[in-house]
Amino acid sequence: MNEIHALSGAYAVDAVDDIERAAFERHLAECAECRDEVASLRETAATLAETTATQPPAELRARVLGGIASVRPLPPQVSASTPAAAPASTPSRYHRVRLLVAAAAAVVLVGAGALAWQQPWDDAAQPPSATEQVLEAPDAQSTTLEFPGGASATVTHSDDLDQAVIKTEDMPPPPEGKVYQLWLDQPGKGMVSAGVMPVKEDQTVLLSGDAATATGAGITVEPAGGSTAPTSEPIALFDFGRGA
Amino acid sequence: MDQIQPLGGGAPFRAKGASPPDLADLLRQAGRADEAAFARLYDATAARVHGLALRVVRDPAQAEEVTQEAFLEIWRTASRFDPDRGSALSWLLTITHRTAVDRVRSAEASSRRDTSYHQQHQSVDHDTTSEAAQASLEAHRVRSAMATLTEVQREAVGLAYFGGYTHTEVAKMLDLPVGTAKTRIRDGLIRLRDTMGVGA
Repeated sequence: MNEIHALSGAYAVDAVDDIERAAFERHLAECAECRDEVASLRETAATLAETTATQPPAELRARVLGGIASVRPLPPQVSASTPAAAPASTPSRYHRVRLLVAAAAAVVLVGAGALAWQQPWDDAAQPPSATEQVLEAPDAQSTTLEFPGGASATVTHSDDLDQAVIKTEDMPPPPEGKVYQLWLDQPGKGMVSAGVMPVKEDQTVLLSGDAATATGAGITVEPAGGSTAPTSEPIALFDFGRGA
Repeated sequence: MDQIQPLGGGAPFRAKGASPPDLADLLRQAGRADEAAFARLYDATAARVHGLALRVVRDPAQAEEVTQEAFLEIWRTASRFDPDRGSALSWLLTITHRTAVDRVRSAEASSRRDTSYHQQHQSVDHDTTSEAAQASLEAHRVRSAMATLTEVQREAVGLAYFGGYTHTEVAKMLDLPVGTAKTRIRDGLIRLRDTMGVGA
């Protein structure tokens, strides 16, 4: 059994970091045996939840059902492929120009796998989220890039908090079988993965990694599941203004 | 109190009108924006979804947020559920678990800067929250299966699934050599699966 295969159990119960998740999902795309094993281990893990069943407060039902009324269900996937089963296609460099245009057609990144998107019921009574803390940090600095087509992405970093947040608006989805991946440019190490963005037009996501040491951030289009190093030219680069 | 039910030699007899709703059917209808079907799905699964969220994040207010987020995601992505790849319940709980884990990890990232903020949200004794589970026959079966694991397997699976820790963190917590916790988690889950006869 090779090393990556041994990660199936940890992956099935989310006991992996973002880099491991990306690596394992690339492996899953090619390994039917692991796909079956993960499915069976997820079934198993689900039975564990039997031991913790707890009725939520009654008022939560109305809040949940009220919340869905304003959310449109996604259409079914029409192709047979799924993110986990999609072939890991090689990014084609000659598509860069197309990607820049498609960047209007593209994005939703994600860091830390954080589900930091705003919900309609999130109101001021909530404690500040990790992303809000960065956005509201006294030393926060932002860089905004506009894409052709009207999409925009803003990276805000706070050296005091060691963190960076990306906020996207009107981002088109990535090309079929691809994802947007975030990177932090770390001196001496180059581009280090800061997570893969979930597909969503408007979102605010925390980049994983130490933003205080990074000199910038970038977005690339990567095969589904993400890459451990960029395999294509960035569609966006954000300079943290540290000078040379 | 456990409810003891006699089991015959064949399939367990199910009383008329007591059959649980077919979750896969409800999900399919929800994928067509059927809010009434989604409400029935909520009623059938909210205790398990919320119980899992509560166990992982522990803070009741945050657990409610996680439950809401998870159900919203379930509603949004219901059409992507594929019954050939697993049960509806497993699909729901996979989304719930990921949402809960993302919540604790992003909270943890921010609490490195602000520990007091984190501490004031760590208040629940989860043992008081799972009373509803005590009566479940299925829960009894799961606990019996858990008892067949080695101690280190049981701890590793518990810290990963209920604690929301990564295998690297679990290795450190259990004083295991780096890289072996993932094996314990996998071995433990496989043993549970085989003990309970869970299919994919």
